[in-house]
Amino acid sequence: MIEYSLTVESINKTFGRRLIFSGINFKLDSSTIFGISGPNGSGKSTLVKIIANIISPSSGKLVHNLNGTEIKPEKLHNHIGLVSPYLVLYDEFSAYENLNYFSEIRGISFDKEKVDKLLNKFLLYNRKDDLVKTYSSGMKQRLKFIFALMHSPQLIILDEPTSNLDDEGKEVVYELVKKEAEKNIVIIASNEKTDLSLCSETIDLKNYKK
Amino acid sequence: MKSYALFKKDISSELRTRYAINALAMFIIVTLSIILFSIGNERISSSLTGGLFWVIIFFTSMSGLSRVFVSEEERGTSLTLQLIAAPSTVFSGKLLFNLILVFAMNTVIAILYSALFNTFVLKNFALFLTSFILSNIGLAFASTIIAAIISKAGAKGTLYPVLSFPILLPLILTSVQLTLFAMDGTSFETAKFELAIVGCYDVIIFTVSYLLFDFIWKE
Repeated sequence: MIEYSLTVESINKTFGRRLIFSGINFKLDSSTIFGISGPNGSGKSTLVKIIANIISPSSGKLVHNLNGTEIKPEKLHNHIGLVSPYLVLYDEFSAYENLNYFSEIRGISFDKEKVDKLLNKFLLYNRKDDLVKTYSSGMKQRLKFIFALMHSPQLIILDEPTSNLDDEGKEVVYELVKKEAEKNIVIIASNEKTDLSLCSETIDLKNYKK
Repeated sequence: MKSYALFKKDISSELRTRYAINALAMFIIVTLSIILFSIGNERISSSLTGGLFWVIIFFTSMSGLSRVFVSEEERGTSLTLQLIAAPSTVFSGKLLFNLILVFAMNTVIAILYSALFNTFVLKNFALFLTSFILSNIGLAFASTIIAAIISKAGAKGTLYPVLSFPILLPLILTSVQLTLFAMDGTSFETAKFELAIVGCYDVIIFTVSYLLFDFIWKE
């Protein structure tokens, strides 16, 4: 079994003189669902971006370990799956083309069987050849989940995972979170009580403002 | 292979959206037309012809080459790229795209220019071809890294030519000189100093770009 761990040590983030959060510490291991909550503007998405290695913290350290070995920053993207409202897929390509290009750019073979399974699960299989620009916001959100899971990441980060989804879509997401958390780390950043109720531990960012 | 996959994605995206190709094609046609109209029946000197050739190339580059990163930033897909590729893959893929675009664009300019301007006669074509290839490589390298820098800024359209001017000036000045040498029929031996400058420029700008890209790409 693959053992993945994430250690966050004394993370601080400021934008100019504005403090977003400070002194965040936690350690997560495989088979965990971790929640990040906080009011609007508290820095949930900023923390998510730091964990996903998209932006750097102002101070502090993050260590991603795979089977006890630290993962190099330039290799991290192959171990992380992110779903977020600010993630945008290519409108001029179909869902299938998007996913195919993503596999090629990652340098992994396109797992058609897995992608078809995910497309079926998220009720997009019949629209897989349509351009993404013809999709509704809910369908785009579903496609983001396929994007995040198609390369079988060990760390799945879900920022406002149920935004734009109908009840059926939310159910699929909750089922998926529980299944992925059997062997991987799932981080949920949200204000929705139902989303956070899945988490075994939650931090509230309003407590990290000093 | 990963960089090639990104290049393939960009080519495919460009063929569907015509984000850069249309801008470049229109710019080339409009610039050449304006120069032709402003010259009228006057016969311009060969040195002016060589200079104007690089003026067109410089401004056409300004209108199209920044798109490689600006389009990703404007559409919000930069984050997606960050999640699927290492910075070195992104830089190599985008550089490959700009290299192809620069060569295609400047070849079209060179063909149209020699067809429309009687005074643009190359007596040493091999020298022109060598300097053309070296200059285009430098232009693609510099434009790609400048595009990456300005894509994160607010006033992208204004910043690109302003930032490009001092960085591209040594390249453009030397390229103008090499084109004049080619028009005069100067030998490779005489032009070796200028060729060495362009060659060194290419190596320096590539090394600096490759080293800096990680910091530019990650906020």
